[in-house]
Amino acid sequence: MHNQDFFLQALIYLGAAVVTVPLAKKLGLGSVLGYLMAGIIIGPFVLGLVGQADEVMHFAEFGVVLMLFLIGLELEPSLLWRMRRSIFGLGGLQVLITALVITFIALAMNFQVNRALAIGLILALSSTAIVLQTLSEKGLMRNTAGRSAFSVLLFQDMAVIPILALLPLIAKLGQPADLSETALAKVGNVASMPGWLQLIIIIGAIATIVFIGRFAARHIFRLIAETGLHEVFVALALLLVIGIALAMDQIGLSPALGTFIAGVVLADSEYRHELETTIDPFKGLLLGLFFISVGASINFNLFIENPLLVIALVGLLIAVKFIILLILGRIFRLKKGYEFLFAFLLAQSSEFSFVLISFSKQNQLFDDKTAAMLLLVVTLSMAISPLLLIFNDKAVSPILARWQNKLEYDEVEEQENPVILAGFGRFGLVVGRILLANNIKVTILDNNPSNVEILRKYGFKLYFGDVTRPQLLETAGIKNARMLILSMAEHDEALKIAAYVREKYPHVKILARAKDIFHVFEFFKLDVRTVQREMFESAAELGAKALNELGYTKYEAYRATRTFKHHEDSVTDELYRHWMEDHNEFIRETRRFAEQVSETLQTEKNFSIHDSDCAWDVDTLKDEAQKNIPKKQQ
Amino acid sequence: MKKILIIFAHPAFQKSVINKTLIDAVKNMEGVTVNDLYETYPDFFIDIEKEQRLLLENDVIIWHHPFYWYNAPALFKEWMDLVLQHGFAYGTTGRALEGKWVMSAISTGGQQEVYSKTGSNRYTVNEFLAPFNRSVTLCRMVYLPPFVTYGSHTISAEKLTQQADAYREILTLLRDDKINPQELNDLEYMNNLIAKHA
Repeated sequence: MHNQDFFLQALIYLGAAVVTVPLAKKLGLGSVLGYLMAGIIIGPFVLGLVGQADEVMHFAEFGVVLMLFLIGLELEPSLLWRMRRSIFGLGGLQVLITALVITFIALAMNFQVNRALAIGLILALSSTAIVLQTLSEKGLMRNTAGRSAFSVLLFQDMAVIPILALLPLIAKLGQPADLSETALAKVGNVASMPGWLQLIIIIGAIATIVFIGRFAARHIFRLIAETGLHEVFVALALLLVIGIALAMDQIGLSPALGTFIAGVVLADSEYRHELETTIDPFKGLLLGLFFISVGASINFNLFIENPLLVIALVGLLIAVKFIILLILGRIFRLKKGYEFLFAFLLAQSSEFSFVLISFSKQNQLFDDKTAAMLLLVVTLSMAISPLLLIFNDKAVSPILARWQNKLEYDEVEEQENPVILAGFGRFGLVVGRILLANNIKVTILDNNPSNVEILRKYGFKLYFGDVTRPQLLETAGIKNARMLILSMAEHDEALKIAAYVREKYPHVKILARAKDIFHVFEFFKLDVRTVQREMFESAAELGAKALNELGYTKYEAYRATRTFKHHEDSVTDELYRHWMEDHNEFIRETRRFAEQVSETLQTEKNFSIHDSDCAWDVDTLKDEAQKNIPKKQQ
Repeated sequence: MKKILIIFAHPAFQKSVINKTLIDAVKNMEGVTVNDLYETYPDFFIDIEKEQRLLLENDVIIWHHPFYWYNAPALFKEWMDLVLQHGFAYGTTGRALEGKWVMSAISTGGQQEVYSKTGSNRYTVNEFLAPFNRSVTLCRMVYLPPFVTYGSHTISAEKLTQQADAYREILTLLRDDKINPQELNDLEYMNNLIAKHA
């Protein structure tokens, strides 16, 4: 039965994903690598549970389309406009230079000019799917390296269109007689039309997307949302994305690019979050499927035939892309250390290459063997890519950091100041200002060079350095200091320093900034008792303001919040005792205490424990006075 | 032996010479507890239950503070407002403090001559202390004559030492229950008691 086959396939794919992905995550390898491994395992060369994964892959590529739609939703047009320099400058240069260099290398390998050019163009692209998935998984989307990588990918997505148009022309270069019109026609009807008409159709299509997104979509969404049937909304969201993807495919544009534009257009619509949560699970599953199919399609036979050649080619490809990216990162002034992340991120080849390679094959640019080899190199470069990032995290970054430390960290002169303040960001700044305003001599250490520069301009005595290095604390005068304030955001590091100083300089008083209550407990355990939760106080203050806005008098709001804070203090002490006794017990106790807090709050609400704040205006006094009024006066 | 609780309120204790000397003279005495309000409640958030418990545990309460605008500093007033609760300290059912002794220990900038009918302040310290006196009586406690240190801006080191010794001696007498309530009847200031006992 056809259905049965489908479900069996689904069972294999889902099963493999469920087993390997959590495992890979646990090992710190990231989900992409997990999916790829799952693909390799179920693929024809290990277990052989699935055959040729091409069809699945083609289907799963739709995950990339969904992903770009989601990314578009998060990017407002104004932000996109601000990124124009890195999209067109950085992205454009990357594609151009990489394509040229690879072309030359291919020429050196005795490929014909047109073939070399095609190889250059195809391999210049990087994998949107792998890179974006990794970025969001590691929370790097807002990091400058992540942003730049995204810009480049966006440009590459756009570049796919002209490359598709160019490939037949390139094919013509070599063998003018052999131009295959039929192959061209397969791209879509539009590609065979004259250039100006193509352009008009493309502009028209984009304008239609923008128009629908801007004006029609929200009315349709509202209509559907009003029905209250969530599944219809899901259907509509999918319909929208699939519709755009198909339309784009028809006119020869990249579906990913089209849905991306649609996403951007809808970014400021009121249905944005609803759309995000609706599409997200589909995207996740399809992308997973896509990565699995990439893993399954690795042609190990070809690899075994000539392993050294394959390894050399993959290595060469990654090295070339990496070096070009690194140089571009430098030119475009990525923050120090980030150019490596940027280069490692984009050093693989793209899933678009699969499409482009088979399209070139149709255009008789490559013979079967060349195409198979190209596919293998592309696939392997994609599979290796997550490993490169791990390599960057574990090996390159630390070395870079150490190297930079040596070169640029300040030599702190021996300080005799009584207070050392470690960390001078948003939190430490306030602490430092209070101390300095009171003429207390403070040695300030911070590991963010830009902070250091700015604050020095304002006359702060700041030293750039890695506070986690004991040597820096020594030269900062920890031996003679009275107090060390750990105001840095690196919570784990703060604990390590606290332990070190406690051990070696027990006379130094330690004050610390804590992330949450558990972090507070960790400090308590080190006998650091003066700990401030970074959020609690300001949140409580805002709470007081809220009460005030809701009609409490200012003083009443202040007292209510104070009551809450003091209550919290005693609760923290008690929770700590429980935490020390038993970690499992603690979870139960937390719940119990949460109930207690709400009970306290409830009692406050019901008979106002603030009555004791009211001194001579308490109700009991009024009642008594009422009773004492002589009868005749009543 | 009686237990003594000093409720001490001074918003600028770090600058004080007089009160520092006085407190230092008594703080380590056996049976004496010093409750520094500004140190304990910098945010004016007084723990009412704890303060009431302290009162219950002691027999003699000293209200020790400088004289600001002929009165106590703000936090001490807050303490009175909140801790001497209706139903606890006063009111038909408020009898928790009944019979305890209360003495004001204050320091003034002006000399003793200034605090008189003919002096520039026109009233005596005892007259200015009327609200404290009445509050204590309302709480069914006994208000002792105050212990006053005059001329805090100009006092000589020698005189200050004498004052500190006197303070310590008075607290000792109170603690050891050596004071007969009768002898306080026509005593204007506690300072004069020392001469009598000497």
